[in-house]
Amino acid sequence: MSTIMTNTKRAIRDVYGETLAQLGRENPDIVALDADVGSSSKSIVFGKEFPKRYYNVGVAEANMVAMAAGLATAGKIPFANTFAAFMVLRAADPVRSLIAYTGLNVKLAGTYAGLSDSYDGASHHAIADIAFMRALPNMTVVSVSDPVEAELATRAVAAYKGPVYLRLSRAEVPVILDKASYNFEIGKGVTLVEGKDLTIVATGYMLIKALEAAEILAKRGIQARVVNIHTIKPIDAALLIRCAQETGAVVTAEEHNVYGGLGSAVAEVLTRQCPVPMEFVGIEDTFTESGDYEKLLAKYGLSAAHIVSKAELALRRKG
Amino acid sequence: MSLSNERKRFLEETCLGLRRDLIKLLFGIQTGHPGGSLSSTEIMTTLYFEKLRVDPKNPKDPNRDRFILGKGHAAPMLYMILAARGFFPQDDLVTLRQLDSHLQGHPCAKKTCGVELSTGPLGLGLPAGLGMAMAAKLDGHDYRTVVLMGDGELQEGIVWEAAMSASKFAADNLLVIVDNNGVQLDGTVSEIMPMGDIPAKWRSFGWNVIEIDGHCVEAIADAVDLAATVKGVPTVIVAKTVKGKGVSFMEGKSAWHGKPIGKEEYANAMKELGVTV
Ligand SMILES: Cc1ncc(C[n+]2csc(CCOP(=O)(O)OP(=O)(O)O)c2C)c(N)n1
Ligand SMILES: [Mg+2]
Repeated sequence: MSTIMTNTKRAIRDVYGETLAQLGRENPDIVALDADVGSSSKSIVFGKEFPKRYYNVGVAEANMVAMAAGLATAGKIPFANTFAAFMVLRAADPVRSLIAYTGLNVKLAGTYAGLSDSYDGASHHAIADIAFMRALPNMTVVSVSDPVEAELATRAVAAYKGPVYLRLSRAEVPVILDKASYNFEIGKGVTLVEGKDLTIVATGYMLIKALEAAEILAKRGIQARVVNIHTIKPIDAALLIRCAQETGAVVTAEEHNVYGGLGSAVAEVLTRQCPVPMEFVGIEDTFTESGDYEKLLAKYGLSAAHIVSKAELALRRKG
Repeated sequence: MSLSNERKRFLEETCLGLRRDLIKLLFGIQTGHPGGSLSSTEIMTTLYFEKLRVDPKNPKDPNRDRFILGKGHAAPMLYMILAARGFFPQDDLVTLRQLDSHLQGHPCAKKTCGVELSTGPLGLGLPAGLGMAMAAKLDGHDYRTVVLMGDGELQEGIVWEAAMSASKFAADNLLVIVDNNGVQLDGTVSEIMPMGDIPAKWRSFGWNVIEIDGHCVEAIADAVDLAATVKGVPTVIVAKTVKGKGVSFMEGKSAWHGKPIGKEEYANAMKELGVTV
């Protein structure tokens, strides 16, 4: 089993920054860009070590991403960094028209995704980034759940050829994956807990909530399978279909609007190939607000308790 | 000189009180942006207590002046001023950034009385302000629209798209104030993205430019009046300021853009502001 529950907490962004710097040591083609949030995204760790390969363009996200596109045309491997909200909103056009369209090898690292920049409020929360990135042909979408996955995903994304959106968090989160046994492969979902009654498909920080929910359900005699979908596009359709066939009900959980994210991606596969009762845990198409991270998640329906009640709903529909 | 000695003293004392309250508030909630709030204290105070035609009893008066906080992260100072002017109870201030509060981390026009435009993502204040200014002309209103921007914020391309537009549409009822504190999030403006000659940049876009000391309430009041006399072109006041002004260890330091205030730092900051805690 590749999960462990530990009390060791690390900020996803710190792990990302260190991994980026390590990648810089290993590959001179890796360059990084930031738009005046390097001390937040932690791209500054790379920048301190490789000042000549680091471009802080100021508060100018579209300029940064278009510049990254140019660097990629000459064989560089640019990691462009800003808040997830501004990556998709300000830099949307260069992301689409330059990077996705041509399939340029640019890595778009969107930090502070979901509600993780909790106190800054709805203006800084990113709840539509997966929907946008997923709807661009050629774009690969990877979402990180814990510190171990942050490192492995960043490495895999650097090695992968083509445009990738890497969804990162500001939050300090517990280590839940066992680095020694966890196998991270872009496009491959990972079953973390076996179960036959239903499948909880989670991504990002909601993975830990899914594991908690599975424990609560187990106490009620329900065996929930827990699957980590770190690559939302291309999604692991074979695994999802198998889960639907074997467990007969699916609940998705994501820190994103219920429209257009993981839940939609899973439903797109299952409605065509193996329709089963499905429920969606996510933000119910509303703007969020400022507040403590965990309190916010709970208020907007992103807790283990919410997953449990949606699981029970799906099970009732399964009959 | 548009200010009497008495008004000048009143504004200066108000600023000192606001600085104390800001530090206390941000220490209490352990989140929020002190640096950019302190650099814009005199500018926002002079506007709200001396110059803006706004009425908390009639906050939606169609002919009210519009103030837009382009640099939305200075929301704590805006909220303290709006509360002091009576737009909402001062007791609400402690709920800043907490769940269920109407006081969001960045200004939300839907939630907070007196906030004219939701901001936070930098650069959107000016083009929206231009729209408000154009609406005034269409409706025959004489209200002014004032947009406060950061010098880092000026790096967003959309700012210059709006600067061109304001010039073309002769938005002489639009006033921009640049909080020119020389510091942005990751470092100084000269390290991160040098802005060169900011007044010259605006002039080349066809704007009338006034340069002042952004911590001098008299200079601010005079410049706001002077701008109103200039017809046919928009005006920008480039206000030289100090990020973190009033708390020596925060001054000029990008680290204090948005850092929680520690216990000892709180005591030292308050001492500098004349209060023992
Ligand atoms: C579009 C956008 N990009 C990035 C940010 C993050 N951010 C918030 S404040 C800031 C620096 C702003 O510097 P400046 O405009 O000089 O503000 P001040 O010094 O007055 O605080 C940045 C990059 C943002 N809020 N919006
Ligand atoms: Mg500044």
